[in-house]
Amino acid sequence: MKRQYSVAGIRLPELTYRVWKVWQRDFDVFMKTWKVNFFPPLLEPIFYLIAMGVGLGQFVKPMEGLSYLQFIAPALVAITAMNSSFFECTYGSFVRMYYQKTFDGIIATPINVEEVIAGELLWGATRSLLSAGIVLAVVAAFGLVSSPFALLVFPVAFFAGLMFSALGMCFTSLAPNIDFFNYPAFLLITPMFLLCGTFFSLSQYPASLQLFANIALPLTHSVNLTRGLMVGRLEASLLMSITWIAAATPIFFIICINAMKRKLVK
Amino acid sequence: MASNVLIRAQGLTKKYGGYVAVDNIDFVVYTGECCGFLGPNGAGKTTTIKMIQCVLPPLSGLLTVASMDVSSKPREIKRMIGVAPQENNLDPDFTVLQNLLVYARYFDIPKPVALKRSEELLKFFQLEEKRDVIIDQLSTGMKRRLILARALVNEPQILLLDEPTTGLDPQARHLIWDRVHGLRKQGVTVILTTHYMDEAAELCDRTLIMDKGKIIEEGKPAELVRKHVGEDVLEIDYDEKTMKTLQAEFPSTRFEVVSDKIRVFTSEPHGVFETFLRKFPTRGATIRNANLEDVFLKLTGRQLKE
Repeated sequence: MKRQYSVAGIRLPELTYRVWKVWQRDFDVFMKTWKVNFFPPLLEPIFYLIAMGVGLGQFVKPMEGLSYLQFIAPALVAITAMNSSFFECTYGSFVRMYYQKTFDGIIATPINVEEVIAGELLWGATRSLLSAGIVLAVVAAFGLVSSPFALLVFPVAFFAGLMFSALGMCFTSLAPNIDFFNYPAFLLITPMFLLCGTFFSLSQYPASLQLFANIALPLTHSVNLTRGLMVGRLEASLLMSITWIAAATPIFFIICINAMKRKLVK
Repeated sequence: MASNVLIRAQGLTKKYGGYVAVDNIDFVVYTGECCGFLGPNGAGKTTTIKMIQCVLPPLSGLLTVASMDVSSKPREIKRMIGVAPQENNLDPDFTVLQNLLVYARYFDIPKPVALKRSEELLKFFQLEEKRDVIIDQLSTGMKRRLILARALVNEPQILLLDEPTTGLDPQARHLIWDRVHGLRKQGVTVILTTHYMDEAAELCDRTLIMDKGKIIEEGKPAELVRKHVGEDVLEIDYDEKTMKTLQAEFPSTRFEVVSDKIRVFTSEPHGVFETFLRKFPTRGATIRNANLEDVFLKLTGRQLKE
């Protein structure tokens, strides 16, 4: 028998290069409809920039020493990264698992369940990277990128995307039906979208709320990193955010794969 | 004979929660045969198939495919198996050809080989014209054929067919039977589940009848029919008076009433038939060959299973 390392019934997933076969499948589907997949994400940040930045921004004082447009542009990149990965691995994965039976088809081949889920997570991270890249290009065209460190936003978008994919997949493992995703969408994603230093500075919160946003809300850290890199402020807080994401991602990753395996292999 | 054993199960058991789906069964499947699992819904057929294809781990017991244990060598086993599941799980995001190519990629089959094989399979299943059509636009029969084509993309030695013709019209069923016969000639071992007794009689060398998670009978279809029902079955139009007369006349014979017919179970149906015709020359009676369905209903009972 193979040795299995396990803590409290949670095991390290058994992964091989076959993870990429699952990723390739999702990528191929994406490329079939690339126009639909590319243009809406291109337009959305433009609307936000007009509404929040140009419109609302005229009434807003500079924030953290940045114009309001400069302040929200990185948040738009980070929010897009979160949304595309989280929803890919909740609604997207659920449809493939439950309605299309795609996973059942794949696990009848030499690919195992763990690899299917890991492939989905890598695909979610890739979507995050692609969407964040589009938004970054749009805000750059508006002159809102002021540092070459902004190029590091790509790996940030990928790893933050992996984290949000895995978080989403945890909910997918719990979902009895597709409506279930209303809970995380409205009770987790929407609050993060509004409250994680996205449209106003965290420093305007009382200390306890600041602490909560830093400890419990992952978007706080991807916004912080993205903003720091785009405006070229390499502060110590970026290290804290890297640490948070680097610690949370493998935890979510391992938990969600175990939970999905339990759901799929009865 | 033992060297011919391709799949062996001993004490194989699977439970879902408290429900025993497969209850301590033993069976073997020999290389090159077509082995049919028959049984009502919920008998444990699909669960058994899923354990063979290494997607459901057995709770206890031994299950080996080509002498490899399903729990230690799943990838090696899956590589030699083709599966046509009961439920359609074709990838709706792709066309017919892409479904085969993407599936071939899961098996590490190089693209040129996959393309050549896929074209051949589409031809074999008369789907060439649908090559670039999206899955949604296929009829049920075409989907079934494509699922079979997909199951063959890795050139499997073992083909698992879980209710391959459920819901198909007679033409589509016969096409699939014909293709299964063709594959048998190429030496593919076929394991099949079905509710259709004519299908089992048509395709299977040997059948295992399952009920409530157990294998309750096993044998060649024709032998099972002879053993449990005899050569022929006599059916007589039902009314109470006829029934009473028959029971008085043939006290040792078993009668069963099915809707408006009396079924006569006897080793001497022709004798009963002649006596009956003499007594009731105007009543309807037919004598027909016994079939696997008679065996099946006799062994698994008449009441609905769900």
